[in-house]
Amino acid sequence: MTVAIIDYGMGNVRSVARALEHVGAMKVLITDNLAELREADRLVFPGQGAIASCFSHIRDHGLAEELGNLLRSKPVLGICLGLQALFDFSEEDGGVAGLGLIPGRVERFPAGMIDGGERAKIPQMGWNRVTQHSAHPLWHGIPDAAWFYFVHSYYASAADDNNRSGICQYGDVEFTAAAARENIFAVQFHPEKSHRDGLQLLRNFLSWDGT
Amino acid sequence: MPLSKRIIPCLDVDGGRVVKGVRFVEINDAGDPVEVARRYSEEGADEVVFLDITASSDDRETIVHVVEQVADQVFIPLTVGGGIRELADVRRMLNAGADKVAINTAAVNRPEFVREAAQHFGSQCIVVAVDAKQTESGCWEVFTHGGRRATGIDVVEWCRQMADSGAGEILLTSMDRDGTREGFDLALTRAVADAVPIPVIASGGVGDLNHLVAGVRDGGADAVLAASIFHFGEYTIDAAKQAMAQAGLTVRER
Repeated sequence: MTVAIIDYGMGNVRSVARALEHVGAMKVLITDNLAELREADRLVFPGQGAIASCFSHIRDHGLAEELGNLLRSKPVLGICLGLQALFDFSEEDGGVAGLGLIPGRVERFPAGMIDGGERAKIPQMGWNRVTQHSAHPLWHGIPDAAWFYFVHSYYASAADDNNRSGICQYGDVEFTAAAARENIFAVQFHPEKSHRDGLQLLRNFLSWDGT
Repeated sequence: MPLSKRIIPCLDVDGGRVVKGVRFVEINDAGDPVEVARRYSEEGADEVVFLDITASSDDRETIVHVVEQVADQVFIPLTVGGGIRELADVRRMLNAGADKVAINTAAVNRPEFVREAAQHFGSQCIVVAVDAKQTESGCWEVFTHGGRRATGIDVVEWCRQMADSGAGEILLTSMDRDGTREGFDLALTRAVADAVPIPVIASGGVGDLNHLVAGVRDGGADAVLAASIFHFGEYTIDAAKQAMAQAGLTVRER
């Protein structure tokens, strides 16, 4: 079984590859080669940084036309900006259209929020709890309200409650920490940096058939 | 459910081994970095910081191999500092498996470096490390070169400037307290935490678990960093989290 991490030059994806290998992935590719991405059994759609440069990198790597088709074709795990890019629209960088694979919007955490009695810092950086809003094979073996590691200034809100698989609260914002639709599961947090429960989620992804 | 306050053990690394300097002079060997980092991650550490304290003189490739080995086996965020001077250094550490780099002296020498690094790699991986000493007027001054060189820069103003330049986080060390076990400089921590919109890690002076609690509760820190109290088995990360939870602070349970 081959897992391909879509490499479009955004951020360090080696950590994701190491974690997948650690939980038993036989073959992990970091690639922007269309043939390899088509042949892979599973895809990881990673990302960090700003969304406009994310999409310009995707264009530069010649992936813009095929990306939508690829992400509909097999089990997909989106991570961080990889989750945000799946939505219809992000207000980052003056407003950017997303891939539209999951209905909903991405917005910035408002300034001046209070979290835990103190001013909420932006980005949200650190460990927060994720409530499992709906059952999904990727939650197998992970307790409800488990802790995951987040680093982000923007958050997604799925329009359809059926796509809200995990929910997290920061300040007074409740956001979609895990989105699920058909063959796609996407998380705002970093499973590759979330110790035991993060590794369990990656293990579940390797055995998930996308249904 | 608020974001949890992080507990971060710091490993000073010299020639591939973990050491901890008391006031940066006396140094004791406390183990293999991979083993120590793995033990901390199993105990529930929220991140690990490596400071390469010999970066200026010794072989700088050693720390790259240490980071690679740790990143292969430890799946919590990893920050590396010491000798980060140019974009190539940042790239090399991130490629080796670090999630963030801590920039200290190079930021003082050329503040634009922080902006460039944040633009290239994203603010999320750029930590600015600030070594602070109190002055006679009651303010704090930025020091570099492991606390040996005064800069004349005001700490609070400097932290604001670094946040504006794209730093994702401030690692704030009190040089007056480092190694004393008397607790964080809480006034310093509070002054910076209130001045910047980004997370602040308090560092320098932890001698017991109440000091960790005070750093968050009174200092307003988002995370607390300590070394010697953990390295020699005096306190476990678990015990530190229990102390913070009992004080009403949100921590991530194992």
